[in-house]
Formats: sequence, structure tokens, C-alpha cells
Amino acid sequence: MNRFAYAKPTTIAEAIALGQMQGAAFLAGGTNLLDLMKGGIAQPQSLIDISRLPGLDQIETLADGSVRIGALVRNADLAHDANFARTFPAIAEALLSGASAQLRNAATVGGNLLQRTRCAYFYDPASACNKRNPGAGCDARAGQNHNLAVLGWSEACIATNPSDFCVPLAAFDAVVEIDGPTGAREIPLEQFHQLPGTTPQRDTALAPGELIIAVRLPADAATFASHARYVKLRERTSYAFAVVSAAAALRFDGATICEARLALGSVAAKPWRARAAEAMLVGTAPSQANFRRAADIALADAAPSGANAAKIELARRILVRACVLAAMGTPERLPPLPASPFATPAGAISHD
Amino acid sequence: MTLSISLTVNGFARSITLDDPRVTLLDLLRERLDLTGAKKGCDRGQCGACTILVNGRRINSCLALALSYDGADILTIEGVAQGDELHPVQAAFIEHDALQCGFCTPGQIMSAIGLLREAQTGGDPERIREAMSGNLCRCGAYIGITEAVLDAQDRLARAEGQTA
Repeated sequence: MNRFAYAKPTTIAEAIALGQMQGAAFLAGGTNLLDLMKGGIAQPQSLIDISRLPGLDQIETLADGSVRIGALVRNADLAHDANFARTFPAIAEALLSGASAQLRNAATVGGNLLQRTRCAYFYDPASACNKRNPGAGCDARAGQNHNLAVLGWSEACIATNPSDFCVPLAAFDAVVEIDGPTGAREIPLEQFHQLPGTTPQRDTALAPGELIIAVRLPADAATFASHARYVKLRERTSYAFAVVSAAAALRFDGATICEARLALGSVAAKPWRARAAEAMLVGTAPSQANFRRAADIALADAAPSGANAAKIELARRILVRACVLAAMGTPERLPPLPASPFATPAGAISHD
Repeated sequence: MTLSISLTVNGFARSITLDDPRVTLLDLLRERLDLTGAKKGCDRGQCGACTILVNGRRINSCLALALSYDGADILTIEGVAQGDELHPVQAAFIEHDALQCGFCTPGQIMSAIGLLREAQTGGDPERIREAMSGNLCRCGAYIGITEAVLDAQDRLARAEGQTA
């Protein structure tokens, strides 16, 4: 780890001022940043420790019914907040399917949005990586790429965003509240993470010195509470990043779907909202065939970026599974293995 | 820049001056406070051998910058027994043979104590396994570990019943 200067501001304004220094990085839970620093992948000249900034660790319901989650709320505290988990069960399920209990106790909401890709070549300083070292090339293209992107990738980068939390956030039209040197602004979560194009070094829409203050869920996100699930396929049962994942939330008018929210995880450099598939489901009955049609639409533009064509069909099947489970209804209590495809309740079609 | 922090470590107030901002809680405990119970396995938050409780919550001490935890209350494996009386989780680990080489055990026990405080699993072995998945055991003592956590939970419940 490189040496760095350390500052612990006590106000947001002070943090933003310090964050404008060349080579500054904000430190919150540290679960990703310190890991990157230990590997020599991140080498900030100064760490601005925002972990004690006041007022950023609250979960509040605003007058218009939207729910505002402070950037420093810990992942575990959000997932175990009884009111939040009841209102947004797919988000709680996604959070609890991520990392380990120890990491969830430290990791923050803002940090989750800013975690970097898990592409092995990004993490290996001996490999060529355009994200880590622009213009260096991409060793992943001809390397171990079976888990890398099938949507939105470019010749420069085929890495995926590993966040579970961001997948249902994208489905529910979450908004990211930002403060920075040029003032406060907000941006839809769907536009927060950037596709790689020719500038894969840029993960997000944040400008230098900008700080995430909160994530906000609009009031209508709560209307899906009775039919909302997250499903995550992993290479081991627990404590692993997704191969593919999906959030599905449905609203019914009688026996007919009147609104659907669908998003895929670990298929692209950003959580992948499937709006065309959502539109197709409106007015249909919740059937295996309809969910499969929706999944086909969601993955219509998918293309392998290497030896990962299998991920496209896996993504379709996990999206169908998420839809089937959402249609069955949110369980009273999260299953013992949150988001696991092994935790299929009786009655669900397990071999879709 | 001042690199002085205050911590409560296993019940004792400690004033600490650091000569380097890079020191993690794990390095501080092991190299400067002679508390070598928390182990450095992967040093990257993947194995759980460094698990300690900070303000009552289990975290990976290898990914915690000491400077960031000024004022924190820290509990390590060295602080869980009451004199000669083992913590119920320690006693259950011995009784259920929940270890072989023992390297991961301090982290396993601290994680289990954190798990029981979180009170999310109840007596469901599957929920306990899931909640312990951040602690790897390369000897493969997982069956004993799950039994020990279940048993410790019962012991603590009984002890609470007696004092209530």
C-alpha cells in the first residue's frame, strides 16, 4: 500500500473541499478501497475519511412518500431495518446475498455504488487493463472471460459491475443525490454507472470531488412490495459475486400484470434495466411462457465478449426464475439463503 | 497531522500514537498491542480469520484503517472469557470439535459471537451456515462449527433464562 495523507473532515462542505485535492479519495467503510490499495490498484495520495460525517446514516421517509437512504447507512443496517425490508423486500434480499456478514457490517450504501469491477485482470497489476491503465489493452478479451459482460461491452473493456444492491435500485428508478464543488445535483441510478465505450477508466457519472450524499427511492417503488424478488446465480452457494442476477417486481390488477420492473446484474458495466421486457409483460398473465418471452426481449441485444455465450441463456433463465418467484409473492420471511436459486419454494418451477 | 487515537480494547482504554496512517486494526492489534488472537489469513477481507467486534459488530479488521476507528470499543478473542471461565461460544467450539488446526478459530468464534448478537438466524442450521459464510475453514470443520453455534445459542438462552 502506498503512503497517503489522511484527513477526517467533520462537515460535508469540508469533505468536498478536501476531495478536490489532486489524488484524493473518499474513505467510508473501506471494504473495497483498502482492498484495492493493498493490491496496488488504487494509489490515492490522500484519503478523506468521511465515515464520521454527521447526518448521512439515516433512513427517512419524506413527505412525498419517497424513501431517502443516507450514503453512510451500512448495508447490514439497511437490510435489517424491518420497515425498509418490508417495503423493499427485493432490495433487502439483494443486500443480504452480497459479500459476508462482516463486510455488510462495514460497507456503506454510497460505497456499494462506487465499488469497482471484479474482473481478475483489473485486479492484477501485471495484466493489461484499459480500466486500470487507459490504452494498455485488455487481457480479459483473450483470457478467462466466462463471467464477463454480454451487454453494453466495448472492445476496450468487458468487465461487469458486481453490485447486487444496484440491480433492484435500477429497477425501482432510484435517484442518487450528489454534492460537490459545483453544488448539489441528482442523477437517476440507471445513468450513474457508465458503459465502457472508449473510456473504461470512468466507472460513474461522478465528477472529481463529488460525493454521494444519499440514494432515494420514489414513492411508487413501494407499490411492488408484495411481489418483488432478487435471484442470484453464483459459483458457490454463499459469499460469491454473481455470475448473473435478476431483480423482478410485479404489480397486479386481478390476475393480470399491470406493471413490471426488471433488471439484470453482472451482465454489463452497469445494472441493466430491461424496459422493453417490462412493457411486454403489462396486460399479460403471469405464465412461464410470458416470462420467457420477456427474458428473450431483455437479452435480445446480448452478445458474447469471449467464452461466455452461456451467460446469455443463464441470464434469461435467472430472469424467468425471478419473475416466477415474484409472481408467487414475496415470502413472509426471506429464505435462509437470500436470492439463491437453490431456495426455490414448493410450487415454483425449478428447472426453467 | 496528528495520528493519535483512543480505543477501548477488551475493556481497557488505550491511547495510541501511530507513525503511519496505513496501519489497520488488525496490524495494530497484532504488531503493536501484542494481541495476536485475530489472525492475518488473506489480509483482503475474504477469509474472516481477522474478525473482531467493533462497537459490538463483527467486521474484518484487515480492511479497517485504525485511524478511522478513533473512539471505538473493540473486542477480540482475548477479551471474551471471564477469567478462567470460557465464553459459551468458546466452550461449545471445544465440545463440538469445531476446529482442527485452529488458525481460523478466533475469527470463527468472534464471528459467531457477532452472529448471536445480530439475532437473525434463530435455530435454523441453514441460516447459521449462511451467516457464517464469511469465515473460511480450510480444515473443513464446518459441521462442528454449525453445531457449536447452535449449542452456544442454547447455552446463552438458558443462562439468560436463569438470570431473568
